[in-house]
Amino acid sequence: MSGRGRGKGKSVSFNVEALGFGKGEALPTATLQPPPLFPPQEFKPVPLLHGDDWEYTLALKQEFRATIRKSPYFIHGNEKKKDIERYSDKYQIGNHDANTEWTPDWERFPEELRIKEKKVKKIKSVIKPIIPARKKKPPQDVDFEKTLEILEKKEEDTKVEEDVKEKEGEEEEDEEDDDEKKEGEEEEIFEEDELEEETDYIMSYFDNGEGYGDDDDDADEGPIY
Amino acid sequence: MSKSADKVCQLLLREQFGVVAEKIGCHLLCKGPCPLRWLTAEVGLKLDQVRKMLCFLIQHNLVIYEKNKRGILEYRMAVEPTLWRCRFPKYIYCAKTLYGDAAELLVEEMLHHGQVLMNDVVQRVTNRLNEALRESGHPEISARVVYDKFCSLARTHFIMRCTTTSAETENSTIQASENEHSQYEVPSMEIDGDGRVKRKRSSDESDQPVKRQKTGETTTKEEKIYWRVNFDRFHQHFRDQAIVAAIASKVDKKASEVLRTMLRISEVKSASHAPVTTPVSFTEILQALPKEVGLTRNVTEQYLALLSEDSTEIVSKMGNSGGGMYSVNIYKGLISICKAHIESVVQERFGSKSLRIFRVLLLKKHLEQKQIEDLAMVPAKEAKEILYRMFAQRFISITEISKTPDHAPSRTFYLFTVNLQQVARMLIQKCYQAMANALIKRESELMEHRRLLDKQERVDAITATLEQTGADEAQKEEVEQMITPAEKTQLNQIKETRNKLDQAELQLDDTIFILETFLFYTEQETCVS
Repeated sequence: MSGRGRGKGKSVSFNVEALGFGKGEALPTATLQPPPLFPPQEFKPVPLLHGDDWEYTLALKQEFRATIRKSPYFIHGNEKKKDIERYSDKYQIGNHDANTEWTPDWERFPEELRIKEKKVKKIKSVIKPIIPARKKKPPQDVDFEKTLEILEKKEEDTKVEEDVKEKEGEEEEDEEDDDEKKEGEEEEIFEEDELEEETDYIMSYFDNGEGYGDDDDDADEGPIY
Repeated sequence: MSKSADKVCQLLLREQFGVVAEKIGCHLLCKGPCPLRWLTAEVGLKLDQVRKMLCFLIQHNLVIYEKNKRGILEYRMAVEPTLWRCRFPKYIYCAKTLYGDAAELLVEEMLHHGQVLMNDVVQRVTNRLNEALRESGHPEISARVVYDKFCSLARTHFIMRCTTTSAETENSTIQASENEHSQYEVPSMEIDGDGRVKRKRSSDESDQPVKRQKTGETTTKEEKIYWRVNFDRFHQHFRDQAIVAAIASKVDKKASEVLRTMLRISEVKSASHAPVTTPVSFTEILQALPKEVGLTRNVTEQYLALLSEDSTEIVSKMGNSGGGMYSVNIYKGLISICKAHIESVVQERFGSKSLRIFRVLLLKKHLEQKQIEDLAMVPAKEAKEILYRMFAQRFISITEISKTPDHAPSRTFYLFTVNLQQVARMLIQKCYQAMANALIKRESELMEHRRLLDKQERVDAITATLEQTGADEAQKEEVEQMITPAEKTQLNQIKETRNKLDQAELQLDDTIFILETFLFYTEQETCVS
């Protein structure tokens, strides 16, 4: 059938002698194994070149690698999760976040890559927080004169507030002026203090939500005071 | 790109930017251009991490972003610039040999940051140089010197302006239309009397509110220009040097000087990747030859005649005007260098008899088995063995020419031949594989001895601080004894292994460079013809 014309040991269709095998010589047997992973070396590799140039480039290479590994561009992956906080963690090399040093020029990068950071508003203790709508409970009593008095006070307050607002818009550093004014209006400050007492600490960190959403416009101008 | 080259990219990214970069790079290499969201989802990292890393990679010119048809930004890995990162020491060294220490530091800083502002880099380099000078007790230099170096680097096109690739700004079209020359224009820099770079915005001003900075005229257009290293120019220089070195080893030192001069003259005249430089006249060469070489008119003429009759055909005479017009055939030069590289590989892998056969094949192009045996004067049986071995490892290839249309083996000529391009490609693959192996081995070596290396680092740090505080010898010795003699020998061994592997990488890269440049020129040639 299919084996017609193929004798023993002659499994190829061409003249074996052309390959350099004599008549009657046994053909090499087929290899059925994969070649070894590390075959024995027939020839020893030539030694590397030496010279001052190579030595210098080698030093440059090692120095470059060391520097780039310390640069902000190298991010250590969080390889292992910490089971517990150890005292020695503080002194471990590479645990510090050096990435804060890098301040990119955002004009050169796509907008979508910008990391939107939550900005912590720094508020100077001297400057009073702007409280947009002061929710005062409407006076319950029907005392006419008292109501008038309160309304008068309110008017004054808003004026002062506007003043303060303007000032903040223009120049924040003018603290001395601010102080002087405050001295004149002790009453007003007293009121504010009263208000703050209830919400003592949090008040100074109050975020009125005005800045929310327009991070995009502000971020390249630096932090907001 | 091939798998082994990808592997090298991946390893280099891990080594120089960390695991996050490796993951991102690996994904971009496998999948091609990707939008941000998809990339983040597939890689399985935090969005912010991916964003930050992409920024770093863009800054280092390793990731390119562009809008696809649908208008979505896609990020693409630039494979070649990534692979060139193992060539960085050579760029730095090249700058040093050409322009001195200041240029060396300039290029180094630029490579460290990818893209830099001129003022920043000049200031930083001046500071670094001055620091070193102060320590050795030399007078300080001013920023003006560094600026001059910067200018000369830009003038010879070793550094260039970054073109903004941002897809959304219209600037890109403007930038692209800029002619080639303006890419290398250096804006003037203000340097004050102390030799410091003048800062337009002094430190006290920078604390001012946001509005001022925005409206103020602080950031002019000049200050926004970022600079980067022009790798292409460096490669051209390496290429020229390789050809010069080849001539130096084939003919002699003086002949190589003549060739170097020719290349230097035509450098400005001919296109950057032209296979043949524009012809230069004999008088031009003679005038431009450096005096130290000490070549007279007569000898130079003889050298040129010798070079143009050389079998490599690197220099050829194009005409007789002006005392003879000569041009350098860079492509031919690269072919002979590449051949020499391949031949040495054959010799080291298969032995000198194989090299003889290989050379016969290179010389005669197509040969039958019988002819090879005769021409190479190798016994028939041995020749066959060698031929088949080289054929199996794909150093030589076979062309079948059948006498009859049935392609019966008995009526077919089997012609052996060497396909240089294919061999070069194969060798590049092998080089990349070897490079990847070296990188892996080096890393595993470091991981294995991490503890010991950390210890040494600590001891070094302690001795350094002791030296600063001026502690006595006994204390220092005590600290140094923390490392036992056994550990010391081990440390030395590690260091030696690491140096060897590093050196191997550098020298492998040399071969890769030659082979790749050869392939690049061959492709160009085939495109033209």
